[in-house]
Amino acid sequence: MTDQNRSSDPDREKRKIKSAKKMKEIMTEYYIEAKTAEQTGKKVAWITSGGPVEPLIAMDVIPVYPENHGAMIGASKMGVDLCEKAEQMGYSRDLCSYAMADIACAPINGGPIGGLPRPDMLVCCNNICGTVLKWYEVQARYFNVPLFILDTPICHTGFSKEAKEYVKRQLAEYFEFLEENTGRKFDFDRLEEVGKLSLEGQKMWQAVLDTTLNKPSPMSAFDAFIHLALIVTLRGTQSTVDYYKMLLDEMTERVKNGISAVPNERYRLLWDNIPIWFKTRWLSDKFASLDACLVADTYTSSWSGMMTYIDEHNFMDSLAETYTRIYLNIGVDEMAQNVLKMIDKYDVNGVVLHSNRSCKPYSLGQYDTQRIIQEKAGLPTLMIEADIVDERNFSESQIETRIDAFMEVVASR
Amino acid sequence: MDQGLTKILEKFRVVAENPGEYARGWKKEKNLPVIGYLCSYAPEEIMLATGGLPYRIFGSGRQIKLADSHLQAYSCSLVRGAMEDVLSGHLDFLDGTVFPHTCDSIQRLSDIWRMNAGLGFHLDAVLPVKLDSDISKDYMAQVLRRFRDELEQAVGVEITDESITSAARVYNSLRQCLRTIYAVRRENDSLVSGSDLLAVTKCSMMMDRHEALDLLTEFREGLDKEMDAPVSGKKRLILAGGLCNMPDIFEVIEDSGGVIIDDDICTGSRHVDGEVDLDHDIFEALADRYVKRAVCPAKHAGLYTRGDHLMELVKSSQADGVIFLYLKFCDPHAFDYPYIKKMLDDEGIPNLLLELDDSSPTEGQFRTRCEAFVEML
Repeated sequence: MTDQNRSSDPDREKRKIKSAKKMKEIMTEYYIEAKTAEQTGKKVAWITSGGPVEPLIAMDVIPVYPENHGAMIGASKMGVDLCEKAEQMGYSRDLCSYAMADIACAPINGGPIGGLPRPDMLVCCNNICGTVLKWYEVQARYFNVPLFILDTPICHTGFSKEAKEYVKRQLAEYFEFLEENTGRKFDFDRLEEVGKLSLEGQKMWQAVLDTTLNKPSPMSAFDAFIHLALIVTLRGTQSTVDYYKMLLDEMTERVKNGISAVPNERYRLLWDNIPIWFKTRWLSDKFASLDACLVADTYTSSWSGMMTYIDEHNFMDSLAETYTRIYLNIGVDEMAQNVLKMIDKYDVNGVVLHSNRSCKPYSLGQYDTQRIIQEKAGLPTLMIEADIVDERNFSESQIETRIDAFMEVVASR
Repeated sequence: MDQGLTKILEKFRVVAENPGEYARGWKKEKNLPVIGYLCSYAPEEIMLATGGLPYRIFGSGRQIKLADSHLQAYSCSLVRGAMEDVLSGHLDFLDGTVFPHTCDSIQRLSDIWRMNAGLGFHLDAVLPVKLDSDISKDYMAQVLRRFRDELEQAVGVEITDESITSAARVYNSLRQCLRTIYAVRRENDSLVSGSDLLAVTKCSMMMDRHEALDLLTEFREGLDKEMDAPVSGKKRLILAGGLCNMPDIFEVIEDSGGVIIDDDICTGSRHVDGEVDLDHDIFEALADRYVKRAVCPAKHAGLYTRGDHLMELVKSSQADGVIFLYLKFCDPHAFDYPYIKKMLDDEGIPNLLLELDDSSPTEGQFRTRCEAFVEML
């Protein structure tokens, strides 16, 4: 089906989320600002998706997210070519395809937006994985710019007081690092303001996600994958808060008018792990054709999961705990408990787990989570072995057959 | 070689070939705990201070069956192999396991192990990843203190600062002995084969440390008298990578006309590197060694530290080339490879990458590649 056919389909047109246009505008403006930073004298910092971005916003540094870049590369199906280029540079095919694609982009300004703007500094927080550490080391060598590493110890079974102290002391170093690299005093008052906006943005984002509690749901996880961009990249800004207010209004309106994401929602599913970016439309259509709506996912909700530890009145003091106890930086059993809670909350009929070979912290342990779901929630599960960016790790016919079989089980209950 | 020395080597080989059987026997005889651990950053000195036996876990290479229900095929053979061993009861002599924070795979293995292994205690020592700052060193010392408290609880034995100091003294001597053997091998490459060296270092991670130290001391002293043995004339190579638990590899390399005279691997020189300063607070001193020793790529101690270290090894041991030996799916090493390879290439140092999997045969293609590489030197 071509895009033209798509837009002329009145049913599809009705279900299209109208706010998306506005988000595109905000994101375009953001990338233009970042790409022209040299002319405006603003500094650019590359930062990991789980890293504390609020101090950057407070210091007027433009944050740029290589992982978001990876997602764009995947969605625009440029992943295989770039991963192959990284292989020619000597990187193993088994490495994270976000990292591979981004590393290959840098020297050739490749990818859908002609490469990311050159960084003035790199900020790497390892709360999501150890891969980002290696990835940022590569880029620090390539661009020859300062690298700040925020080391957030994994909370297997708890958050120790030693770890808290360790992260707090590093955050003080982080502020100094920003002072050195911007030539300005750190603005702590501004940080508190940004912190409030960050929290407000997260609350609004969660409110948007919670509109899927409605039956039928006005949006799906596939929509959330798209609208997630702002809470990741522009967390802590007013425009993010405003945008999600607008999106929330649209969703509320849809609920009122009975407009659902999936035409005949009969089954509600939960998604685990990062999207398969190059196949989101195919997967969305596939599940919709079987009357299934993916109403929630563990991925997009992790940017509001941080709220638990934020202290509205002392943002700076709560930063250490907020950024150390994020979703991926905890034990598999705690992650499984979260899945069980979501199963309950969103009242789903089954769970789809993406075993993502690019992301070991997210994926290793999923087999146990799958077993726990079956035992504790008694729900059918589907494990899809795939990848976020590299299409060579996706077998369409095999996965389609497995989805059909899984949905038969879901339907038979 | 002197018969006495050959006998000692034989002893090491027997233990290294079947360390589980050794540990079982040790436990029965001593009635003391055997404490399993993953990775060379595990605070062995504190474990030894319990009186128990610190036992480094490697995958034994048996076919993966049970671990398949817990770990994806894209996890490395160490992680899958260790899981298979514990689920199949081959580590049932362990009283508990210690997981130092290492890489993403071992991090998740710790969770999966805690949920499924069914052994006694389970301890995580969440060490810093960033090692090149004072703050990290402080945190390292704090983690070690906490670890002492937790291990005391788990084993039910008091662990005093003094007992850790004497354990550290044993390790200092062990590492000193091993470093001397490394130095001897750089001088004379025919005295101790690569597979024998592996057996010896493995024993320093799995055998009763006092017994290992006695044997090693005797061995090292004996070696002094052998120094005038003729050198092999083989190409001098350095092995760089993660862990190596395959004695056959050294034999293949030696058959191809090369000899490993030094290494940067975690079952080799990275385990042996550095000394604990016994005159200071023992936790600070341990932390100091752990942040300064030759670094694993899963940790950060500077952007070029690992490359510089390897270049230094090549120069100081006058090596003809480098063989990178990586476990398939070991991300930290695979990320470092291109930049380190470039450093070698820029200096005209020949190098070869070999990737190993559970099922990798050491014969065939592997042998052909080694032969071609050595021939080219």
